[in-house]
Amino acid sequence: MENNLAHGHRFGMVIDIDKCTGCGTCMVACAAENNVTVRSDESDKQRSITWMQLYKITNGKAFPHTEVSYFPRPCMHCDEDGHGHHTSPCVTVCVATATRLDFNTGIVSQIYTRCVGCRYCQAACPYHARYFNWWDGYKLIQPFPKGMERSLSPEVSVRTRGVVEKCTFCHHRLMRAKNKAYAEGRREIEESEYITACAEACPVQAITFGDLNNPNHKVSQLIKSPYAFRLLERLNTKPKVYYISKKDWVREMADNYLPGEFKPISTAAVGSR
Amino acid sequence: MEKPRRSSLKFVIDLLIGLVLSYYARLISNPLQSGLAYFAAGLIPALFIGWILFPFALYSKQPQPISFNHALHMDSDIADGIEGDTEAEKCLYCHSFRDDGTFAGIPKLELCMECHDDPDSPLGETQAEQQFMTEYVAQEKEVPWLLYSRQPDCVYFSHIAHVQKGELDCQVCHGDHGKTLELPPFQKNRITGYSINIWGKNILGLKSNTWDRMKMDDCAECHTQKGHEENNACFVCHK
Ligand code: HEC
Ligand code: HEC
Ligand code: HEC
Ligand code: HEC
Ligand code: HEC
Repeated sequence: MENNLAHGHRFGMVIDIDKCTGCGTCMVACAAENNVTVRSDESDKQRSITWMQLYKITNGKAFPHTEVSYFPRPCMHCDEDGHGHHTSPCVTVCVATATRLDFNTGIVSQIYTRCVGCRYCQAACPYHARYFNWWDGYKLIQPFPKGMERSLSPEVSVRTRGVVEKCTFCHHRLMRAKNKAYAEGRREIEESEYITACAEACPVQAITFGDLNNPNHKVSQLIKSPYAFRLLERLNTKPKVYYISKKDWVREMADNYLPGEFKPISTAAVGSR
Repeated sequence: MEKPRRSSLKFVIDLLIGLVLSYYARLISNPLQSGLAYFAAGLIPALFIGWILFPFALYSKQPQPISFNHALHMDSDIADGIEGDTEAEKCLYCHSFRDDGTFAGIPKLELCMECHDDPDSPLGETQAEQQFMTEYVAQEKEVPWLLYSRQPDCVYFSHIAHVQKGELDCQVCHGDHGKTLELPPFQKNRITGYSINIWGKNILGLKSNTWDRMKMDDCAECHTQKGHEENNACFVCHK
């Protein structure tokens, strides 16, 4: 384990790109789960708030050699760099202590009421995982559409104009699972009790969620695959979201390799995994 | 050559003290000319407004829809049927936990109607009960209680973590509300919309009991005291 957080949990996610069909269910499930604001006209996608964003990538070759893949991008919940120097890029730059790396869960928190909207974190995030509220969200829509509150989840607070928001690994689901465990007289939660909305909704089960510090959890086993990688790994942000793809060109796209630097994995060497 | 220097220092200090004292003497002996009277004339009303009128005006008062008597319902001689061996268990009969560990909060009308089932034959003769019967039980309408301890929308709180796992009494955070005979008016901060229980009744922010206020620092203070510092991370109490 590369991390000094071994005493606590370190929740993380593994996304199998070869399974992902690009259907977008994860994005919808995420937005509905987390009270993500929609505007009356959502056609300007540059301004849309998408905690979970789906990107389309191609290998750039002409037909018939064209290949297309999709990769879903939540917040990477970047970790400590292992030398105790800094935490996640966004946490380091936050002037208001509105975002922190929680050492018990590994989740990067975002407290909307504390955020002053300077957007440094947005600039610092190499993954574009953070979004700014340019308009009033559900809280301040006037007049409030009748019955709209019924579509909102009370477990996630709504945001106002002028604050930054991002994926929280459905942190409220962790609290929900803990409450259930306490009610049943347990102190610890089971692996299956806490998974994010996107992982639950994915129709092809491309997303696996669990505790990276627990060797019995499926995520800990999946990240040992030689095909597992993270985005922009050389920045040393230590993302807790891993991807898996057997396609060399997909893995090559994940980082800024110099020409000739990327080493493809020969299928013969790893066997038929 | 040490002595003269020290005495000159003493002289300067004496002079300074003398100047300040004579200045105050002039202020006091001649308040109008020196401006002291005008200063006081401004300061005293300002303090009065700031410390007494403003806190008074800051909170709006609102009565609860009906009166509710906790002591009466906790008395097993009168309200027979609220089960539980200990006091806390009796509280939990009404303020129960659901199977998934969430807190049901104030009971729904359904539970009240275990006893108050017939609007035409009230259990007692009080006006409060009569009103409860005609306005709510007869129409099967939920009572829109105003929540004294409601935290802002961004706060996450779990009763089961405190009551079951932390083994804390209701009183630690709610004081004697479970023993009250009638309901105090609900006081809401006109600026923030928060209940007065969050900041506390004492405008200076002094508290003598754990339940006097329930601000962020009060939550964290107890967590630290009880050795649960891991619960002082933002995403424990916020959502
Ligand atoms: C176990 C039976 C029982 C349950 C459950 C119960 N009550 Fe009562 N309630 C009584 C009795 C008995 C009286 C006393 C009548 C009297 O002697 O005046 C009473 C009196 C009252 C009164 C009038 C007295 C006062 O000043 O408050 C109100 C109002 C009332 N109840 C409301 C409620 C509400 C609201 C609920 C549901 C949360 C409820 N009760 C649940 C038994 C019950
Ligand atoms: C008969 C059912 C019943 C029982 C038993 C009962 N309560 Fe209540 N409780 C209510 C009702 C109805 C309200 C709403 C009216 C009010 O605010 O007091 C309430 C409100 C409260 C509130 C105020 C919550 C808020 O934020 O406004 C607290 C605190 C509370 N109860 C604590 C207790 C405690 C502690 C006990 C045990 C000593 C207890 N209750 C026993 C019915 C009950
Ligand atoms: C550690 C402090 C603490 C303890 C112990 C505690 N409470 Fe609370 N209670 C709170 C806070 C804080 C809230 C406000 C929660 C919110 O707004 O989400 C609250 C809210 C409530 C409410 C209103 C909830 C609603 O949403 O309807 C009731 C009723 C209540 N408590 C009863 C009880 C009873 C009964 C007990 C004992 C079994 C108890 N509480 C123990 C802190 C506490
Ligand atoms: C009187 C003491 C006390 C007060 C006041 C208090 N807490 Fe706690 N809280 C505890 C204790 C003790 C625990 C840990 C229980 C355990 O783990 O055994 C705890 C645990 C928690 C947990 C659960 C963490 C988990 O791992 O499930 C949350 C959430 C929490 N507190 C929030 C709050 C909030 C919000 C407030 C203020 C509104 C508050 N607490 C006020 C004593 C307190
Ligand atoms: C032990 C529980 C607890 C912890 C830990 C905690 N808070 Fe709070 N916080 C609260 C409670 C309760 C309130 C509401 C009462 C108040 O305003 O003090 C609150 C209020 C706030 C508010 C004001 C919100 C408003 O609308 O009034 C901000 C901002 C805030 N917290 C930020 C943070 C940040 C940032 C952290 C982490 C560094 C943090 N909190 C950690 C319990 C907590």
